[in-house]
Amino acid sequence: MTLNTLRAVLFLVFSVAISNFGFATQDNDDQDKPFNAKEMIMHHVKDGHEFHIVDWNNEPITIPLPIILFTDNGLTTFMSSEFQHDDSGSQIVEKNGGRFVKYHEKIYQLNAGVDALAFNEEQHPTNASLPLDFSITKNVFMMWVSVLVLLLIFISSARKYKKTNSLVPSGIASFMEPLIIFIRDEVAIPMIGEDKYKKYMPFLLSVFFFIWINNIFGLIPILNGANVSGNIAFTLSLALFTFVITLFSGNKNYWKHIFWMPGVPVPMKIFLMPIEIIGMFVKPFSLTIRLFANITAGHIIILSLMSLVFIFKSEFIAPVSVGFSLFIMIIEIVVVAIQAYIFTVLSALYIGTATAEDNH
Amino acid sequence: MTITGIAAIGAGIAVIGAGLGIGKIGESAMNAMARQPEIQGKLQTSALILAAFVEAVALFGVVASLIV
Repeated sequence: MTLNTLRAVLFLVFSVAISNFGFATQDNDDQDKPFNAKEMIMHHVKDGHEFHIVDWNNEPITIPLPIILFTDNGLTTFMSSEFQHDDSGSQIVEKNGGRFVKYHEKIYQLNAGVDALAFNEEQHPTNASLPLDFSITKNVFMMWVSVLVLLLIFISSARKYKKTNSLVPSGIASFMEPLIIFIRDEVAIPMIGEDKYKKYMPFLLSVFFFIWINNIFGLIPILNGANVSGNIAFTLSLALFTFVITLFSGNKNYWKHIFWMPGVPVPMKIFLMPIEIIGMFVKPFSLTIRLFANITAGHIIILSLMSLVFIFKSEFIAPVSVGFSLFIMIIEIVVVAIQAYIFTVLSALYIGTATAEDNH
Repeated sequence: MTITGIAAIGAGIAVIGAGLGIGKIGESAMNAMARQPEIQGKLQTSALILAAFVEAVALFGVVASLIV
């Protein structure tokens, strides 16, 4: 084992230990009610209005994020710290003629003359409405952080090429160049073809690196409140990009294969048409669910292993659960890269089928 | 039986399918590696990617049981 791998493993062990400490302090303070693993896991996997870092002396330490609402009285903005970490809907914030409460990470506007939320049997509030919510939630915040990191990496490596005038990369560029070459030679050229791949390279590279870096940020324990690529809205919008690009780059042959399959008898043509049309929509749907399910499942497994300590209420389980979550963590490091790669490969494949020339 | 119980059984069946699939991939990958050790690296990456595909199908089952 070289020194560098040793250092990486030590860092990993240390970060897992820190994350365990974070959960421990968070869940020890409510001794009176039994520990609910499902609630804790769902809180960590879901999007939120504040960035929870750690609990210190029973006081949560969070980064407040802006809340932007569009109500009947127009735009209403305030910081999420005004709710004072309340998520049960009891802290009322009055702004711009409306009264707002936060209940299960959703902002509700109380109806006129109402002082507290009322619920029906399914635990849905009955006397409040949901205003349009354009808040900078923690997922949006983390997404911007990863965009910033990507910009830093790529602008600095592009500048290196400009400055030296030589073909040999240096610094961060020598790390990024093999990855970019890999996407070009192993993904874009085999899937799309030598003569057309150049137009789609920016999209494929952006998707690959954006998903990868968001997946990696989801694994870093201190930031693990943000589960960006395990958010179905995020993966759906990425898949919609692929869908729209596929539709607009589809040539005559592509549409012919969908609506009037050549080379088969007429009853078969009619039979195949609805299947092909459904297939067109299933492709982005499967892209969405695959990424969402893989990343969310990884988070849920790690958090479930951690919550074993609190379910059994014993310190002797801690080495087992830390060991197992370390093992899953190492698998996840591979999985996050593979999922980013698979999303890119499948996007390239769909684009490739849409632009292929008729050669039979 | 409650609907949660049925969902758990469904997730279990999905895991059986994924286990069979990944086992089959591993078997064939090992066979191929034994026959042609010189392309071991290539076989390993494609086996991993195929395993990720199979796993994704199993995770569809997990998502369905999460929604229920």
